[in-house]
This record gives sequence, structure tokens and C-alpha cells, in this order.
Amino acid sequence: MIGPLDNDLTLNHAADDASAIGPRILVFGRVLDESGHGVPGALIEIWQANAGGRYRHARERYIAPLDPNFGGCGRTITGEDGSYEFRTIRPGPYPWPNRANDWRPAHIHFSLFGSGFAQRLITQMYFEGDPLIALCPIVDAIPTAEGVETLTARLDMGATIPMDAQAYRFDIVLRGRRQTMFETRPEGM
Amino acid sequence: MALKESPSQTAGPYVHIGCVPNFCGISGIYDRDLGSDMITDQTEGARITITGTVIDGTGATLKDALVEIWQADSNGIYAAGDPRGPGDPHFSGWGRQAGDYETGEWIFTTIKPGAVPFPTGEMQAPHVTLWIVARGINLGLQTRMYFPDEDNSADPLLNRLEHQNRVPNLIAEQTDPASYRFDIHLQGPRETVFFDI
Repeated sequence: MIGPLDNDLTLNHAADDASAIGPRILVFGRVLDESGHGVPGALIEIWQANAGGRYRHARERYIAPLDPNFGGCGRTITGEDGSYEFRTIRPGPYPWPNRANDWRPAHIHFSLFGSGFAQRLITQMYFEGDPLIALCPIVDAIPTAEGVETLTARLDMGATIPMDAQAYRFDIVLRGRRQTMFETRPEGM
Repeated sequence: MALKESPSQTAGPYVHIGCVPNFCGISGIYDRDLGSDMITDQTEGARITITGTVIDGTGATLKDALVEIWQADSNGIYAAGDPRGPGDPHFSGWGRQAGDYETGEWIFTTIKPGAVPFPTGEMQAPHVTLWIVARGINLGLQTRMYFPDEDNSADPLLNRLEHQNRVPNLIAEQTDPASYRFDIHLQGPRETVFFDI
């Protein structure tokens, strides 16, 4: 089901011998349950704006240009220990029509399927040190400062790829595993 | 180690890029959008469609909602992880559809599910579980759709609802023998019952 470039957003929409424009990053981490155990086999889907803060979408109105070599989606399945990794470019912040002058901090949208229906989650990942995080009303909808911290990825110099990509670590916690009758997997057939 | 579930955030207006890229014109990355095909020619059971919209508190139809459904196969078995045995190998049990950009309408082509026992052992009436995300909703909303042509009177979940006058809000309208309509009301007098599971 998962293609070899599905988790590489720098290449999965790029022409031969091309790649997406922008700061090259790895986004990696683990999907955990509330007991701290890795969740294996979890489908993660991500989507994001390009390096200029522009989404590839019919309803997008921002004046920043599209990057012909960037589509903006990726997916992967966690390994036995719940680990995952994406290659992408750092998305740009962008203005949005809310109050007079609201800007979204740079972010990547995450959609996760755990081992059951109760674990289904959609959230967003932010970047450590972004001053727009504190100004964003969508971030402000998170009830606690601790919750905002858990959605903020950390620069991990030890995981950077020299002369290639910076690395950001982002762990995600899904609800405790419940053996309900709703259990299924999105992979299906 | 006790951890807390990561906070949910809105799926936003561009959820299509990540979840149904082919639907929104990003082709060539995934061969097809996940969840677009629930059945094949070999799937057992009666073919049905489920059509609906998501309507906000002012009566406006949302144009950017994404809906996912989970359901049992025609024998009442879930596709994976069901302790009662293997399900129909030709049925995914899970579907995903985006609302049409103009009308907000989504359509699932699936089969009518069989009955599944409640954790207590009581039999539940056949039903489909839905999960809804959209711009402006910070949390995925979960609800159920029941069928008007089934006996829902002994369903243990419906009978446990505190507001019994809202039970009809969870029962679809049958628009022809194989077609059901289920509009989801986020607020207002016909507000759908959402579950915290």
C-alpha cells in the first residue's frame, strides 16, 4: 500500500533530477500509547504548505507561489517500536483571514490511526522557537501550555544529516489501547 | 510511564491534501485515495449508498468536511481484530469521503452491515460508525448511523442515551431501497448525538 517515496515530500511530487525548494528537514519520532509503549503498524498521513507558506489546493488564496516540485502530502506506517520518519522541507508561515493580521506558525498536519477506532487523531506539529506559536489562536485552543509543548517538535542535532537535512523530533501519544469491537485497520482489503 | 494523549487540532480547510490528494487534484503521489473503495465485486451483502452533508449551527452546509466510516461486514464481523473470527476478505470495513466542494455532499458505496454484539453481549441493531473532521472543529466527532428499515428498539446503545428524544437524529432516511441519507447537524434542535468513546 505504501510506496517507496510516500514518506519523502522532497521527492514524491518532483520531476526527475529535481526536488522541492526549502530547508530540508527530517521529521521523526515515535507513536506511543499512554503507557509509553510504541504503537506499531500505525498509519501516519501528513500534509503541509510549501516553503513559501502556500498550499496546493483549489481554495488557497495566498499570493506566495506554488513550487512545481512540491505536492505537500506524505504517509508512512510505524515500525515495531512505533518509530516513523519523513523527509520534507520546512513549511513557511502564512497569513489567514481571521482577525486583521493573523499568521499561522509553520506547521505540519498529522493524521494518525492507532490500533483501534478510539485512537483516531488529527493534530498539528509546530517548530521549536517559532515566535508565531504564542500568537496563534488555533494553538491557543489547546487547553494547557504543556499540551502546546507536546505539539512542538525539537531540533535534534544528533539526528541531522550533515550537509543535507536538519532533524526535528516529534513524538505523538495516542489514547490507551482499548480492545473494543470497533477495532479495524484502515488498510482493509 | 503515564503519558497524556497528544492534543487534537483542527484538520483545517486543506485536509484533502493529506487524506484525499487525488480528490483535490494532487495526482501521481498515491495511486488512489485511501478509503475510496470499500467493496469489490466479490464482497458479500446488499449494496447500499449512504449520502449526507455536515450542517453547522446556522444551517449552513460545510464544504470542507471529511467523513470516515467504520462498519461490520454483512455477517456482523469487523475487518480486522475481531475476536469472533475473520471477516469478509473482500470488504475493507472502512471508508473515507470528502464533501463535494460545491454542495458539501459525500457518498459512500458500501454494503449493509450485520448486527454486532455490544460488550455486554446484547445484540446491537446494524449500524455504521462515523468520524467527522472539518475546519473549525478541534476534535474529530464520532457518531453512529442506524437504519430506518431495521428494528432499533432493543439497541443497547440507543437505549442508553440520556436524551431519548434525540434517538431519531441517529436514524437515517431511506430514499430508495438501497439508498440512505444521513445529514449530520453539529448544533441546533436536530443536533446529532456525538460519542466520547
